[in-house]
Amino acid sequence: MTHSVAKRRKEPAPGMVEKRGLGLWFTHAIMIFGVLIVFFPIWLAFVASTITQPEIVSPPMPLWPGDQFFTNYKKALFSGVNVPVATMLFNSLVMAIGIAFGKIVISLLSAFAIVYFKFPGKMIFFWLIFLTLMLPVEVRIVPTYQVVAGFGMLNSYGGLILPLIASATATFLFRQFFMTVPDELAEAARVDGARPMRFFWDILFPMSRTNIAALFVILFIYGWNQYLWPLLITTDPEMNTIVMGIKQMFPSGDDVADWPVIMATSILAMIPPVIVVVSMQKLFIRGLVDSEK
Amino acid sequence: MATVELNNVKKRFGLVEVIHGVSTKIVDGEFIVIVGPSGCGKSTLLRMVAGLESVSEGEIGIGGKTVNDLEPMDRDIAMVFQNYALYPHMSVRENMGYGLKIAKTPKDEIVQKVDAAARLLQLEDYLERRPRDLSGGQRQRVAMGRAIVREPSVFLFDEPLSNLDAKLRVQMRLEIRDLQARLGITTLYVTHDQVEAMTMADRMIVMNAGRAEQIGTPLEVYETPQTLFAAQFIGSPSMNVFETTVVDKTLSVGAAIIPANTKAQGPVTAGVRPEHIIADENGPLSITVQMGEPLGANTLLHGRLGGTSDAFTISLPGVHHAVAGEVIRFSINSKHLHFFDIKTGRRI
Repeated sequence: MTHSVAKRRKEPAPGMVEKRGLGLWFTHAIMIFGVLIVFFPIWLAFVASTITQPEIVSPPMPLWPGDQFFTNYKKALFSGVNVPVATMLFNSLVMAIGIAFGKIVISLLSAFAIVYFKFPGKMIFFWLIFLTLMLPVEVRIVPTYQVVAGFGMLNSYGGLILPLIASATATFLFRQFFMTVPDELAEAARVDGARPMRFFWDILFPMSRTNIAALFVILFIYGWNQYLWPLLITTDPEMNTIVMGIKQMFPSGDDVADWPVIMATSILAMIPPVIVVVSMQKLFIRGLVDSEK
Repeated sequence: MATVELNNVKKRFGLVEVIHGVSTKIVDGEFIVIVGPSGCGKSTLLRMVAGLESVSEGEIGIGGKTVNDLEPMDRDIAMVFQNYALYPHMSVRENMGYGLKIAKTPKDEIVQKVDAAARLLQLEDYLERRPRDLSGGQRQRVAMGRAIVREPSVFLFDEPLSNLDAKLRVQMRLEIRDLQARLGITTLYVTHDQVEAMTMADRMIVMNAGRAEQIGTPLEVYETPQTLFAAQFIGSPSMNVFETTVVDKTLSVGAAIIPANTKAQGPVTAGVRPEHIIADENGPLSITVQMGEPLGANTLLHGRLGGTSDAFTISLPGVHHAVAGEVIRFSINSKHLHFFDIKTGRRI
């Protein structure tokens, strides 16, 4: 097995042209050009976060970082515009992790129920879950708001997390994964004396590790990037999350925008997702590519 | 160690009955092989004994206790699956010790038992490896190790060798038989391979379409098959059968009339094993050869039985260079003729 895989990697598949010489340089040039285009705005944001307000508003804007890095970031983190960015980062982190964990736990358990247990209405429940896949958040946002407001969960972590905590996609993914696990494994565990939850913890859960990691990355970013929902239910700046908070920093009316601080906030908002992706990259790719069976 | 009793065991999936009542008594320490073609219900029967399938009707007893409603873990059995069903994320040691760990066996006792089983199965060097780093034969051994460490009173094997190559299969066959003899644990072994059934079984249950066609020792089944199905399923190559008529202890085959020592009368299905014909230049019977299969020790010749259009196979000792169209004459010792009822297929 491993042998053939290694071999396949060394020799390109027939029909695939190996690039040499000029071709190699050309493809790299295009790639670097593409990266530059994507990276340039981020670079500009970074530059803007290290210079002073007058330098930004007087064209041309400089292209190299200035000397205000510490001043601007300190100001952003600890005082911000409406609320310190550190508070918003914390709120976002709670929300993103809450959503990611909640979604994973709930979808693991519901997929486990759907695949391994026989109960009346099993298929109906599955299709009900599956149907919600087809409804985007925006469609049900008004009734959801009504419910959350009714429970008095506006401006709370519960209100930020709970409405987004169930995931049909994740349930569906785990269901597909569980169905590829051979039935004999569950039977062997039964013969070994494992009750269903024991089987879940000892066997199914460890086997899903890579899938869970991959899903965690996706869901963390999904949670982190929530914009509309936090915007609706958090009126107290103390509860703002960072992605919506950036928008809240924009001045209304005649106020002057504190661009260096806003740009510093944008850069800060990017860091946690990047850390999550980079640190879980290996597991993430393994989760998407192979599964241990 | 225990007896296993099946008492008119039936299984229905919805309205379809797949096992129509199997009864047998398995004594302590016996090696029973359940053999039959795909879909005959042999695995289902085994899974019912294991407790993985419910029993629709009848009774299953292990060690004198009815176990119909017990969970697999409470039946004191261990099972080896066709695809081994090893836990992929656990080492060999953890795989083998998992059942004991659930039973809350003290840790040092688990280590001790796993080590002992590993020694028995020559797995000592692999205890810390994962199943995916093992070969098919080693995985098979780990699956058996997992069964052994729990010291069950009944072993259940569900086609354990069918994923192995031919050579390894022969080796593991001997190992399983040897192991079972040493441990003396009552064993139920399911296979579709009649060679495994012949070589391993103390007694075998020949199953067909949800019925036990015959229960007996391998030689009993070989020598006195009780049904046409058992006759053709056991033995390789399978028994030749042809429809004919018996009149006053004689049998007509085409134009030839041969003696038949039977109480049967009238139309019957007669059978003779390919290895029981005697090449004889003056023999009353003949075969028109269509194809030869030299196996080294003997040669199989396939063709048509002289005077009929029935397919017929004979086995001649040594190497025999036959050409298509050649006619070979032979005779049959009448004690090697089997007779079956033409309608029910039962032995006469």
